[in-house]
Amino acid sequence: MRKSWWKILGLCLIGGSIIAGLLGPVPRLPILNETIRNVYFHVPMWFAMFTLYLISVIYSIRYLNSNDIKNDFIAVEAVNTGIIFCFLGLLTGMQWANITWGEPWPNDPKTNGSAIATLMYLAYLVLRNALEEEQKRAKISAIYNIFAFPVMIVLMYILPKLTDSLHPGSGGNSTFGDIDMDNQMRPIFYSAVVGWILIGVWIASLRYRLRLIENTRNQID
Amino acid sequence: MKKYSALLLMVLCNLSLFAQSGVEMATDLRSSGKIYVVALVLLTIFIGIGIYLIALDRRIKKLEKETKK
Repeated sequence: MRKSWWKILGLCLIGGSIIAGLLGPVPRLPILNETIRNVYFHVPMWFAMFTLYLISVIYSIRYLNSNDIKNDFIAVEAVNTGIIFCFLGLLTGMQWANITWGEPWPNDPKTNGSAIATLMYLAYLVLRNALEEEQKRAKISAIYNIFAFPVMIVLMYILPKLTDSLHPGSGGNSTFGDIDMDNQMRPIFYSAVVGWILIGVWIASLRYRLRLIENTRNQID
Repeated sequence: MKKYSALLLMVLCNLSLFAQSGVEMATDLRSSGKIYVVALVLLTIFIGIGIYLIALDRRIKKLEKETKK
């Protein structure tokens, strides 16, 4: 139990954000109405995905430095978990957009960018499966991962800010720092973000530990 | 657990009140457009997922110990 305090913290933070997110006060805005509460649930998916991909690229670099296969395991399981959060983010975003923007996929640059980024990371997983030899697979996919990460950042965070986007923070829309995120929402939003990041890391660590067990069993057999 | 049994008790109390008077009372889980019910449902789902994760963690820990031997 002494090492798992952060798991409980993550559960409590999300639990708190569910209660406070549904019951707490929110600014009354046109079009958005009550769906502004989706900020507590849709946006943390992307933060969790981003953190997991960041962990993955860090361990890919560490793999190339050390040639320790454990680093490669962490990298792939972080992407495996990150892609779940990515799909959850896309799905919740489409449900939200359908009501507030009028269609589920309004060809928004951020939406399209995240779709391409998703395909890139799916390609990472396919690439891994295509390579038989363990060392080669780890090395090639680590290099691919290091290239994919900055492209993902550009597609999802930089390009949408340069053009007109329906998402906050671009094309004259306010970002979290300005109008639409008022100070009552901020603590709930940040606790949800931290909570979902912790849960994401927890799931990734579970997958990593399973993979380690599989690996040692395969070596024994 | 105490919280839950208290909540459950409240729900049951409300149900019995409803049955007796036939008038919908805006108390506890029935107030504010019944949004508390939604909060309760979401929280229940999430607690379920949390317990599931903890159980998985324990099983993997057990496996780790077995493979170390």
